[in-house]
Amino acid sequence: MDSLASFFSALVSADFPFVRNAFLAGLLSSVLFGVLGSVVTVKRIAGLAGAISHAVLGGIGIALYLSATGKVPGLSPMVGAVVFALLSAIIIGTVSLKSKQREDTVIQAIWAIGMSIGVLFMAKTPGYTDPSSYLFGNILLISNQDLVLLLLLDVVVVFLAWRFYPQIEASAFDEEFAQVRGIHTRSVFLIILSVTAVAVVLLQTFVGIVMVIAMLTLPAGTAGYTAKNLASMMVGATLYAFFFSFSGLAVGWVVDVPVGAMVVVIAGAFFLGKAAGNLITKRRRGHDQVAKSTS
Amino acid sequence: MVDVPIALQFVSVSFSYPALDVLEDVSFHFHSGEFIALVGPNGSGKTTLLKLILGLEQPQKGAITLLGQNPKKSSSLIGYVPQHASYDPTFPITVQEVVRMGMVASTGRGQRKQELEQALWALGQVELAHLASRPYSDLSGGQRRRVLVARALCAKPSMLILDEPAANMDKESERRLYATLANLKGETTILIVTHDMRQVSDLTDRVFCIDAHKQGKVGRTVVQHALEDYEDGTKRIRHDVHLSGDQCQKEGLDG
Repeated sequence: MDSLASFFSALVSADFPFVRNAFLAGLLSSVLFGVLGSVVTVKRIAGLAGAISHAVLGGIGIALYLSATGKVPGLSPMVGAVVFALLSAIIIGTVSLKSKQREDTVIQAIWAIGMSIGVLFMAKTPGYTDPSSYLFGNILLISNQDLVLLLLLDVVVVFLAWRFYPQIEASAFDEEFAQVRGIHTRSVFLIILSVTAVAVVLLQTFVGIVMVIAMLTLPAGTAGYTAKNLASMMVGATLYAFFFSFSGLAVGWVVDVPVGAMVVVIAGAFFLGKAAGNLITKRRRGHDQVAKSTS
Repeated sequence: MVDVPIALQFVSVSFSYPALDVLEDVSFHFHSGEFIALVGPNGSGKTTLLKLILGLEQPQKGAITLLGQNPKKSSSLIGYVPQHASYDPTFPITVQEVVRMGMVASTGRGQRKQELEQALWALGQVELAHLASRPYSDLSGGQRRRVLVARALCAKPSMLILDEPAANMDKESERRLYATLANLKGETTILIVTHDMRQVSDLTDRVFCIDAHKQGKVGRTVVQHALEDYEDGTKRIRHDVHLSGDQCQKEGLDG
């Protein structure tokens, strides 16, 4: 209890700005995870988002190598990540639209090749570079500038989701019907993929690749069990994402373990618990119906 | 039928995929207010024909006119009821929201109050207004199909196009669906696309079949067949009586 009390006092103390920043980053990224995660989930493109988020490691590795060897001095890993994210989004999006049957293979290929390129370039980068720091990130290293970037992305994503909600909902629910209504479903898909790619880059530099993909799917998946519509799924997923981030931060502080991994474990446990509860409820209903029909 | 405007007209239309000639030299038309059945076995090119009518594909040859203009421009006048076979039961959405989707524009947001009123009216047309707030996934297959009909009706279209409307439907749901269509007949042009080659609803005015060309062309064409009343209240397709695709029912019977 003392540790938990110390966490709350650190949260409000001016002596521990990194704890407050981590809390704010959790709050701001929850909006992105909730809104984008819900769209990714109902569009069933979590695999695509997963491939993009892992492929960015290739861009990070190349940027680190070019910077450390002096070939492109001062090149930020984020630049490499953005280039790789958009490249993989274009490749995966094009294959998904033009050759659906190859989509699965291409997703896995982009996923594996991107990560491997990252590991290879990091191995040849002078000095010590740990790939796992990019896989799990460190939410405790977030600066005020990072928070401003997150806030800006929040505003853009929430505005786009509000403005084009009917088109996003229609193209995710029934693409053919949406096309007949004149919605450019391919453009909607490519814009969703591109915005997701940019968000993934920004988020993974803060919280790590693994946490990004987990938080894009698990809060939305958990909210999806009780949501009445896409909008309530977005709100529910945002609240779940914030709850997972906050409790991961608190537990990570109390038991002194990496916060990113803790957040993923808590989110995963909630999702699996909800899935199991849902399955049991469905089976009970099924049994009740059989009992009624036989009596 | 000469005074009634033409709802859909194909003039010498050909369409092929890179390695497959699907439709070749297809010409047919029907008029506003008619109840039309377009039949063809699986793999005959029904889906391609439907995509051409809906403006989702463009013909390589010939011209298509839907409600007086290019199908792409007349999409707002069309109420489309797809099979929606790939429906995701985990998608969180209520019945009323599915129906409101029928008024969605290509960009921007509509007026919520007006959309809601229209959605409830459309649900009333298919006798499902009492289920407006229920999750769409809670409904039976037949009820879901009628909700999709309500979605198509929501924007008060001039023409209703239904793809396999009775597929996987129980008899009672099918009866209710056709009762709804009977109420709309005359005011709204109705085109039903189906694979049932034997019989069609008694509401049907004319039937077009996707068939092989007699002159040995590779792609298929559309041929009009005669209909005769059947004892169970449906109409039987007379595959032995061919009419020109451009021959109207009245002309066909009189002349």
